[in-house]
Amino acid sequence: MKKRKSEERFAYSVVSPALIIVFFVVIAPMVITLMYTFVNMDSTSTRTGQFMGLHYYISALSSAQFWADFGRTMYYTVLSTAAETIVGLLIALLLDQDFKGVKFLRAITIIPWAIPTVVNGSLWKLIFNGQYGVLNAILLRLHLISSYQSWLGDPGSAMNAIVIADAWKMTPLAVIFFLAALQGFNRATYEAAMVDGAGVFRRFWVLTLPYLKPTILIVVVMRTVEKFKAFDLFYIMTRGGPADGTKTLMYDAYLKAFTNLNYSQAATYAYLIAIIVVMLTVAYMKIMRKGSDELE
Amino acid sequence: MKSLKSIVSIGLSALMAVGMAGCSGGTNGGGDTSAKKGVTLKALFMKQAGYSETDINAMTKDFEAANPNIKVDLTFVAYEELEPKILTAAKTGGYDVVLGDCIWPSQFAKSGMVLDVTDRVKNLNVSDIYQGALDSTKYNGKYYGVPWLNDVKYLYCNKSMLSKAGISAPPATWDELIADAKAIKDKGIVQYPIAASWSQAEALICDYTVVAGGFGGAFVDANNNPTLNSDANKKALSFMYDSLKSGLTNPKSLEMIEDDVLGTFTSGNAAFALNWTYMYNESKDASKSKVVNDVEIEPVPGEGSVKSATVNGGMPLMITAGSKNPDEAWSYMVYLSSKDVQKKYCKDALPIWKSLYSDSGVISTGGADLVKVSNTQYQYIVNRPQVSYYSELSNNMQSKLQSVLLGKEDAGKALDELQSKAESLQNG
Repeated sequence: MKKRKSEERFAYSVVSPALIIVFFVVIAPMVITLMYTFVNMDSTSTRTGQFMGLHYYISALSSAQFWADFGRTMYYTVLSTAAETIVGLLIALLLDQDFKGVKFLRAITIIPWAIPTVVNGSLWKLIFNGQYGVLNAILLRLHLISSYQSWLGDPGSAMNAIVIADAWKMTPLAVIFFLAALQGFNRATYEAAMVDGAGVFRRFWVLTLPYLKPTILIVVVMRTVEKFKAFDLFYIMTRGGPADGTKTLMYDAYLKAFTNLNYSQAATYAYLIAIIVVMLTVAYMKIMRKGSDELE
Repeated sequence: MKSLKSIVSIGLSALMAVGMAGCSGGTNGGGDTSAKKGVTLKALFMKQAGYSETDINAMTKDFEAANPNIKVDLTFVAYEELEPKILTAAKTGGYDVVLGDCIWPSQFAKSGMVLDVTDRVKNLNVSDIYQGALDSTKYNGKYYGVPWLNDVKYLYCNKSMLSKAGISAPPATWDELIADAKAIKDKGIVQYPIAASWSQAEALICDYTVVAGGFGGAFVDANNNPTLNSDANKKALSFMYDSLKSGLTNPKSLEMIEDDVLGTFTSGNAAFALNWTYMYNESKDASKSKVVNDVEIEPVPGEGSVKSATVNGGMPLMITAGSKNPDEAWSYMVYLSSKDVQKKYCKDALPIWKSLYSDSGVISTGGADLVKVSNTQYQYIVNRPQVSYYSELSNNMQSKLQSVLLGKEDAGKALDELQSKAESLQNG
C-alpha cells in the first residue's frame, strides 16, 4: 500500500513538468480565447470588458463576409485535397512497381514536402509572376497563351494558383501513405486475377481500391483538417487578394486580430473554424467506421 | 529502486529550475544593469528601408557615449513584423522605443499602447518641422510620437523615353501625364508606360491617396468624419480604372507592390512610376538598374486647382505605454531626430527639419535633385485618415478598390459602400 502510494507520487512528479507546460501553453490560452469570444475585447472600443454573450457568434454567422470566406476555404480544401489524393494515389501506384530507378524516385518524391511552406510560397509566387514568371515564359513558347498572364492578379486564377502550390508540396505525404499500404498488399492476389483474365483497370477497381479505402479516408481526413486552417501560403502568395479572392477564414481571423485589433472577433472566428473542423472530423470518422465495417 | 527514483526526481527538479531561469532571463540580457544606477532601453527598428542598420547602430553608439548611464539594446525586424511585435510588447514594455508606420499612432493611441507626448513635443522647435510630418503622430489634438523617418511618394520619369516621344517637360497635371503616356505608347516606346503598386495591400491605398489628393479629394474632413464617396474621390478612382482599361497603366500593377514597381522601372519597362524615396538611389545604382542616366524625379502632378499632392509614408518614433523608462526613451528619440544626427545621415533619408533643406552639406550628401524636389513636395503632404479604425477601413478599401480596378464593380457604388462602412466603424 505504502509502496503503491509512493509510486503514485513519483509518477505525478515525473509527469508534472509536462502537465505544467501543456496547461500554460495550450489549455490556459484556449480557455482565455474562449472567454474572449464572450467579452468585448476590441482594444479600440469604449466598451472593452463588457460581457457580450453570443453576440460575436451570431454576428459572425450572419455576416456575408464569414460565409464568403467559408465558401473560399471549402473550395480550396475540396480542390487541393482531391488533387493530392488522386495524384498521390497514381504516383503511389507507379512507385509500387518494380523497375530500374524506382528506389531513387521514391527518395526524391519526398523533396517537395521537405520544403518549408514559406519557401514554397515564395517559390510559386515567383513562378506565377505576371511579368517575369517561368510559367508565363514556358506557356508563351508553347504557344498556349498569346501574352503574359497575371495569374495572381485575378481572383479566380489566384486561388487555383495557391491550390497548385499547396498540392505540389503536400502530395508526397499522400504518396507515402498509399505506398505504405500498397506494399502490404498480397501480390499473389494480383497474379491470381491476371490468370483469371482481369485487365489492369479491373484489377485496380476490384482489388486495389477497396483495399485502400481506409487509407484514402485517413489521407482525406488529415488533409481536410489541415487545409481548413490554411494561412501561411495565403499570407505569402496573395495576402488575401486580389479583391479578397483568396481570403480564407483563417486569414480573416488573422486580420481581425492583428490589423483591426478586435480580439473578440478573431477569437470567435478561430473557435468557429475549430468547431467546423471537429464536425468534419466526426463525419469522416463515422464514414470510416462504416467503411471498415463493410470490409469485415 | 529508491535511489533511482531520487536521482530522477533531483534531475527533473534541476532541469525545471534551469528551464525557468532560462525563460525569465531570456530577452532581459541587461537585467543586471538595470538593477544598478544605469538604465537599459530596448528599441525596435525596421530593416531594409530608410537608415541602414549600420547607421542606426552608429547613432546609438554616439548617444550612449553622450549619456553614459543609458544603454540601448537594438532589434531590427522586417516591416511586416513591426506591428505584431509592437502590439504584443506595448503594454508590458517589452520595448521602450518603437518605430511605427505613420498610419498606426491613432489606433495605438486609442488602445492605450503608446504614451501621450504632447507636452514634450512642445519643447521641440516645431515650427522648423514640416507640418505634414508632425501631424502624422497626432490623434484627437494630442501628439503620440516624434516624426523621424521622412518619406513621401514622388513621380519618377524615364527621361529618354519622354524625349523620344517628343515630350520636353515632365507632366504637371494628371491629364498631361495621361496624354504623355499615350504619346509614348503610340510611338511604341514601351507597351505599358505607367507602373503602379495596386495589389491588395497598403500600397494601393497610398497610391489612391496620391491620386485622390491630386484631384482635390480627401478621405476624411477636418473633423475626421469620413468623406470617401466625394465626387473628387470618385473621379480619381475612375481615372485610375480608365488608365488600366486604355492600356496605359501596366495591368500587372494589380499584383505589384513598391518593390515590383522598382523592378519594372529599373529594367526599363516603365516611363512613369510613383514610388518612395528609396527608388531614387536604387535606380541610380549601376549594379541594379538599367536606367541609371535616365532617372528623373519630380513632384507628383495635381489637377485643377491642386498643384500637387503626395501621401505621407513617414515613420515616427513612439514610446510604449508599458515602458519603465519614458524619460530616457524620450531623450533617445529626441537625439535620433535632432538636426545634427539627421544632417549627418541624410544620404539614406531626408530630414524632418525645414531649415536643413537649404544646408549645403545636406544638398551635397543627399543629392541636389532629391533635396530640391523634396523641398517642394513636402509642402503638399496628405496624411491617410488619422482615425483609430484606419487599419480595418484600409483592409475594406483595399479589397473594394481592387474590385473596381478589376472591372467587377462600379467606382461610385463601391465608394458609397465604403462610406457606409467607414461611418459604421466610426460609430462602432
